[in-house]
Amino acid sequence: MDASLSSDDLKFREEVRAFFHNAEPEKAQQLINNPRTYKQGAVQWQKKLHEKGWVAPFWPTQYGGAGWTVTQSYIYETERVKANAPDVVPFGLKMVGPVIYTYGNDDQKARFLPGILNSDDWWCQGYSEPGAGSDLASLTTRAVSEGDDYIVNGSKIWTTYAQYADWIFCLVRTDASGKPQQGISFLLIDMNTPGITVSPIQSINGVHSLNEVHFENVHVPKANRIGEEGQGWTYAKSLLAHERTVIARVADSKKRLNTLRQIASRELQGGQPIIEDASFRHRFTNIEVELMALEYMELRVLAAMARNESPGAESSLLKIKGTEIQQALHELTIELAGIYGGVVLDVGEPGSSVGHDFGDSARKDFMYGRASTIFGGSNEIQKNIIAKRVLGL
Amino acid sequence: MNFNLTEEQQMLQDSAARFVGQDYSFERRQRDVQNDVGFDPELWRQFADLGWLSVPFAEENGGFGGDATDLFVLMEQLGKGLVATPYLPSILLFGRCLEAGANPALKAELLERLIAGELQGALAYMERQSRHELFDVQTNAHRDGDEFVISGEKALVMNAQAANMFVVSVRTSGSATDKNGVSLLLVDAKAPGIELNSIQLMDGQKVANVTFRDVRVSTDRLIGLENQGAVVLEEVVNQAIPAICAEALGLMTHLTNTTIEYSKTRKQFGVAIGSFQVLQHRMVDMFTACEETRSLLYRVLCSAGEDDLLEHKKNLHALKVITGLRGKRVGNESIQLHGGMGITDELDVGHYVKRLMVLHSVFGDADYHQQQLARLSLPQ
Repeated sequence: MDASLSSDDLKFREEVRAFFHNAEPEKAQQLINNPRTYKQGAVQWQKKLHEKGWVAPFWPTQYGGAGWTVTQSYIYETERVKANAPDVVPFGLKMVGPVIYTYGNDDQKARFLPGILNSDDWWCQGYSEPGAGSDLASLTTRAVSEGDDYIVNGSKIWTTYAQYADWIFCLVRTDASGKPQQGISFLLIDMNTPGITVSPIQSINGVHSLNEVHFENVHVPKANRIGEEGQGWTYAKSLLAHERTVIARVADSKKRLNTLRQIASRELQGGQPIIEDASFRHRFTNIEVELMALEYMELRVLAAMARNESPGAESSLLKIKGTEIQQALHELTIELAGIYGGVVLDVGEPGSSVGHDFGDSARKDFMYGRASTIFGGSNEIQKNIIAKRVLGL
Repeated sequence: MNFNLTEEQQMLQDSAARFVGQDYSFERRQRDVQNDVGFDPELWRQFADLGWLSVPFAEENGGFGGDATDLFVLMEQLGKGLVATPYLPSILLFGRCLEAGANPALKAELLERLIAGELQGALAYMERQSRHELFDVQTNAHRDGDEFVISGEKALVMNAQAANMFVVSVRTSGSATDKNGVSLLLVDAKAPGIELNSIQLMDGQKVANVTFRDVRVSTDRLIGLENQGAVVLEEVVNQAIPAICAEALGLMTHLTNTTIEYSKTRKQFGVAIGSFQVLQHRMVDMFTACEETRSLLYRVLCSAGEDDLLEHKKNLHALKVITGLRGKRVGNESIQLHGGMGITDELDVGHYVKRLMVLHSVFGDADYHQQQLARLSLPQ
């Protein structure tokens, strides 16, 4: 058992560092942080990654992936966070892309994969519905066969960045007669099709990233169905496992822990830096040890994935622990901000204008961070999955 | 990044798992701990035959040349079977002190006997006041010609009843809690002036308070350098920590599995209690606790061979914190989910929990290691 870096790994690390050094990641991150320039920043950054061949490293090389080892992905993530570089938007690259190259036909691969890789197409995810949250399989958005098309009617909700999307991948019901998991199909739908409307949902942090997407007699060519009719649940499940490994966000939490350390050395309480406070030290190290464990939990799952084992129920563990740690970090950060944790600034207004530079972002992160234990299958659902599939209960 | 076991490690794991599954049982364990020394000497001979006593020692010292992962593999299985054995005090503490610090002649002679199963040893490192501090040593040794004269009392010495020899930490200079000034001496258990006061621990172990009254030992019995015994002590304890955490992981895994199995058969209100979601989620938490502990163990096994000592130290502290906290949780939950049966002496669950609790306090509990981690991670 070892985690040592080979000379090839060290060379790779130099290459990653050099890339981040020259790619101006902070500029991209600034654009991304501002809701008005979010999409522009994300697309620009991903195009740079694509030029380098690193936008979808996990994809098989024949589809444009980089063929990285687990160690290389680990090195990349570590360096990415050190360089303050943005992560990619997951919906195309990490979610629907793998479904298309795994279950799609040659025509679909040729049509959709290039647009995902070069970020010309922005994707969003149509899973949850107003009536189907944790019980996803009870979804009722209907797709009725009519010649070469399906006619789609229904609503999807919590659709992140649907306002920017060119395409949506959807789970729809093509048959209501059997068990809920049967009769679900996986459709790729052009967001410009007549009959689709997007209505914004303002979230608890005051930001608009979520939406409800309505379908009214929307014509979708059957050529846009992935795999077999009625097998969508199977395809979606494999994707969900990938999604959950994405949600763990170990490298970002490590970064946040470092930020907390710096804030705590700076902020004073009774004239003493908070870093000397016993209860702060206890809470900080509580999170730190859990994160140290999570990091290796994730590496173990990645190592299994590299052996072509699908990230099964173990990815549920990553999701639970990853999001619990994120929330604990958000909580400690907003509390470090003291009364400034309540400050609401206008978009683009610097924190220094109210005498403090992290209260506003701490509040936003804390409030929106409450979503992490709900989305991607709530943490309680993840426990149900582990109980059933791993513990056999 | 490689989390695979080598072929040799796989074989070691298989043979240990076979032993626990076929040759050992909870009933045998309960008989063994009734023995005067707290284990069955026959079992120790079996360990020697299987080659397990040689695992942590270098090949040039007649050992198997095992690394941290080899030890992990063996200790996890011993934990699963709740095997009563002086492996920790005799091999991992006494034996490794000899290997790390004894002069070549002494090392060659004693390690051969130890690996053959003919010698038992103990490390007398704790004192009444020392709690979790390795270097809080008040037992005194002063030079008299080419001898040291030892006076003082060492507390709760594991395997003291069976030990033929002790390695004793003594203060040869400095004040009571100084790291410098601690020396290690090898002492014959029958040396004049040594008195044992036997004590039973809740995990079935026989330990003893050992009193030294002007016990004389030759200066060539120094283990490590004079006043620099801390170096050896720290090396040995840092190697023993992942090993006992591996044992704890084995205990936790058994407790989790046995609780899950019980919940599938125990019926209340006409159904298996494992069908209740509130209990399912608690068992998922137990499973998660095991996985966190395993992950941190892997982290430590990976950093054990690396040059970044600060990182390795942090990993060790984190491992002891998680093993302590999650071990307590798994222990308490397995008793709770077994209901009334969980608090009986008849069921193995309570005995696993008691061993976990003893291991939690050995070499510092979770609070202690969390404070140590904070010192490294949050420098003031």
